[in-house]
Amino acid sequence: MSRYEAVIGLEVHVELKTDTKLFCGCSTEFGQEPNTQVCPVCLGLPGGTGVLNKKVVELATKAGLALNCAIGTYTWFDRKNYYYPDLPKGFQISQVFRPIAYKGYLDIDVDGRTKRINITRAHIEEDPGKLAHAGGSIAASHTSYVDYNRSGMPLIEIVSEPEIRSGDEAKAYLEKLKAILEYTGVSDVKMEQGSLRCDANVSVRPVGTTTLGTRTEIKNMNSFRAVQQAIEYEVDRQIDVLEDGERVIQETRGWVENKGITITMRNKENPDYRCFIEPELDPIELTAEWIEGVRATIPELPDARRKRLVAEHGLPDYDAGVITSSLALAEFFDAALQKYPDAKTISNWIMGELLRLLNARNMELNEAKITPDGLASLLQLIEKGSISHKIGKEVFETMFEEGQEPEQIVKEKGLSQISDEGQLARIIEEVIAKNPKSVADFQSGKKQAIGFLVGQVMKATKGQANPGVVNTMLQEKLGK
Amino acid sequence: MQLHTLLVHELSELMEKKEVSCEELTRDYLQRIGQVEDKIKAFLTVTKEEALAQARAMDEQRARGEALPPLAGIPMAINDNICTQGIKTTCASQILYNFIPPYDATAAARLKNAGAILVGKCNLDEFAMGSSTEHSAFYSTQNPFDPEAVPGGSGAAAAVAVGEAAFALGSDTGGSIRQSAAFCGVIGLKPTYGCVPRYGLISYASSLDQIGPITRDITDLALVLNTIAGRNAKDSTSASVDGPDFKKSLVNSVKGLRIGLPKEYFKTGLAPGVAAKLQEAVRKLVELGAVCEEVDMPHTEYAVPAHYIISCAEASSNLARYDGVRHGLRVEAEDVLGMFKKTRIRGFGAEVQRRIMLGTHALSTGNYEACYMKALKVRTLVKRDFERAFEKFDCLLTPTSPTTAFKIGAKAEDSLAMYQSEVFTIPVNLVGVPAMSLPFGIAEGLPVGLQLIARHFDEGTLLRVGYTLEQNTSEIRPKPGLSR
Amino acid sequence: MKITEQAVEQLALLSRLDLTAEDQTAHTKSINVILDYLDLLNKLDTSNVEPAAHVLPLKNVFREDRLQPSLAKELALANAPEEEAGAFKVPRIF
Ligand SMILES: [Zn+2]
Repeated sequence: MSRYEAVIGLEVHVELKTDTKLFCGCSTEFGQEPNTQVCPVCLGLPGGTGVLNKKVVELATKAGLALNCAIGTYTWFDRKNYYYPDLPKGFQISQVFRPIAYKGYLDIDVDGRTKRINITRAHIEEDPGKLAHAGGSIAASHTSYVDYNRSGMPLIEIVSEPEIRSGDEAKAYLEKLKAILEYTGVSDVKMEQGSLRCDANVSVRPVGTTTLGTRTEIKNMNSFRAVQQAIEYEVDRQIDVLEDGERVIQETRGWVENKGITITMRNKENPDYRCFIEPELDPIELTAEWIEGVRATIPELPDARRKRLVAEHGLPDYDAGVITSSLALAEFFDAALQKYPDAKTISNWIMGELLRLLNARNMELNEAKITPDGLASLLQLIEKGSISHKIGKEVFETMFEEGQEPEQIVKEKGLSQISDEGQLARIIEEVIAKNPKSVADFQSGKKQAIGFLVGQVMKATKGQANPGVVNTMLQEKLGK
Repeated sequence: MQLHTLLVHELSELMEKKEVSCEELTRDYLQRIGQVEDKIKAFLTVTKEEALAQARAMDEQRARGEALPPLAGIPMAINDNICTQGIKTTCASQILYNFIPPYDATAAARLKNAGAILVGKCNLDEFAMGSSTEHSAFYSTQNPFDPEAVPGGSGAAAAVAVGEAAFALGSDTGGSIRQSAAFCGVIGLKPTYGCVPRYGLISYASSLDQIGPITRDITDLALVLNTIAGRNAKDSTSASVDGPDFKKSLVNSVKGLRIGLPKEYFKTGLAPGVAAKLQEAVRKLVELGAVCEEVDMPHTEYAVPAHYIISCAEASSNLARYDGVRHGLRVEAEDVLGMFKKTRIRGFGAEVQRRIMLGTHALSTGNYEACYMKALKVRTLVKRDFERAFEKFDCLLTPTSPTTAFKIGAKAEDSLAMYQSEVFTIPVNLVGVPAMSLPFGIAEGLPVGLQLIARHFDEGTLLRVGYTLEQNTSEIRPKPGLSR
Repeated sequence: MKITEQAVEQLALLSRLDLTAEDQTAHTKSINVILDYLDLLNKLDTSNVEPAAHVLPLKNVFREDRLQPSLAKELALANAPEEEAGAFKVPRIF
């Protein structure tokens, strides 16, 4: 066991799902032509003054409540001053002194136990623009290009307490956070589109001590997996530094995905953000009544839904945990259950086939063509004996890829199970005729020989014969 | 006809009676500009072609029998720190030497929609940081009464005084509208903070800046204010109420009005000529039935240092957007840091640099509490002085400035002395109440300004007192030598 | 409250101003004159006074989440000192 423990805090930036930006009416749509969603306000033109988007306050409050936070009844915006080409005003409008939400928590599963990670705060702030570098990387390029479409998009920054102890825990925290925000509907939480971004503060200390070690801030992680790996790398690196009798330097480090390492990011000065109250925006005062009104709009959250799946449908806790980890999956499950009331069977197919195919193809559920109704119909076909379980899997894959109804696939591909005794009798006759040795074995008392004969019938029917019916017919034919 | 000597409401009347066309009116003002601008240098840009085109369009509109808007054809000037779409707006700074806004400030748009015709953009101290236009990156404006005196912090008042525009829009962070109006013998109003939308006003100090009108009489002031005041969806700090009809405040009576005379404004440093004119104004108001009494405003002397800190702190942040990336000047360099530093040192004058650094100092770790927060707390104390005074009085009367227009060069090198020349106008910005400078006669050849201060959103009382004085004395409209 | 030339150097960096040594000396001098004057505020006891960042007691000034037209791309880029392919161009960051 290591003599060191890791101390990790995460800062997660989440883009809120609004039609317009934080302080202006420009669109928040992703992926548009550069600098086509800008105005005097978000372009930082001289004289541009903005007005707060009400929806942002609602969504931020909702997120805060879903994360078990207290909501600030009197908050305001501050300016964080620094120079960077993607920051059009030379300051970022944020909530430095009074966050809209604070003192919350979320629970994660670690090795079968539940661990509570406290959330320090969640505050509203504006996104800067986006830089593209001519040489690919920031260090290699002599020219960069700025697109301000993203400038002024509404974000909440969710800051955890440094209570995370490993890369695994960090990943679990992010997955839970993502699920909660997704359930709540405040964000698309798409890491690949940048609507969820994560920085990690990492330090290590000898086990048993309580003072914090010098920390580094890790940036540029583009997936939960990357966060996990970057933290693991950085913890090991810091332990090595300490073991070598050296000191960890407080700095910002970047994760280099293809090399699997963190490297120092050049930093010329100590930032002094000179934060002060934004004089161009007024304070926000929220009444308890209004806050409760927002609370009432929060749907069932992952933990509650998981408990419900266990209590109401008798699912194993593990299954329930997997299914509720994503809103889409949970909704898929519920919808399928409406049409086919066998929770465990549905769960088996989701946990087995559905997740296997999603992972193998690196797809999101909404990209797959299979519908909950389709799955329910498929399960009915299997239950009725129209197709075998094995054929069912084949049909499932077709539904996943192409989205037809299972009946149609079965019909088109001629996959339906043969239970018709007349049709089977002919094939059984042939099999008996071709395998006199096995027939003799069976008749002389080697009962297991019937398995081989059933297999031959199945083979002859390309798996479509109903094995139960075949077995019974063979036994009758061969005189038990 | 000497149209440029007429008032806005007189010109409107001529327009209404169709005795003059928009084009004639515009040409007369442009001609006047051609006559005096060499000396006065009130403008950074004269928009001759645009003005004529707009005037012709309006004449055509009238020829078609369409109704014209209320300020149709009235030539106006706008300070060059207020954005005008398609027309260069420089803030009198090298850093914006070529900036052409893609949008109109709300106040400018409202005037344009009301038919007013922009004849030019007025000079000012760079980013409005000063009280003399000597800190303009381009040139200084001259006082129309005395070629050796400053016009105050904006060329707009000078332009109105000599008839280069019938009225103007200025900005007031510490007193620019009021002081320049006082120095040039015209009327200048700093409305209540939030009364006129700030959208499109290039920020110097966001919590102090206000747009306001400069006119030659009170009726004109009411007309312009009616056009520009009122809520705007694009400005978070604009008041949520729509303005009243200010013409209703043109009442010729101050009977029973309680007017406070803050003792601290009449202490040492007041020029004898200014003091004498103030006494005269008080006598006149009493004669007209007002009740004038002294009032204590003990934190007055702290208003200037508090304002200094707040304005510099906000400016240090507001001026961070001038970095050579999106607009204005860029000085090329190897890397971004170099470009930022070279662009900003070349683009900003020494006074602006100094205020940026002072503001950065006030906000930096270690000074935030003792400097910036201290100033915000002192602001509360100054606010309380005003609140107490307004419990007893309907408005306050003070000199606009301790002296008449000072000489060019007298304070140009002394940053502090320049700042302190606005000692009587600064407290008003700290508190956000409305205040008006009203010309009241001449002392040693230069106009004297009275300052009237009222409660938040009570511009009406200022107009009423101004109107009454205007109707009952001959002191209100001094004519600069140049105007003849 | 006095400020050293080194402190002014730091302020200049924070403010992104490329001051020459001469500028630095001159600014240090003039800033100190002003700081001396600003010390006047320390005569006042403000320990029980609330700060006032705004002059009007406004709060909850909101706008609905409704789209407004953005600037035409040409206008958005019209003032750019350097532009390429619809983006604002800057020299290398580091
Ligand atoms: Zn915008």
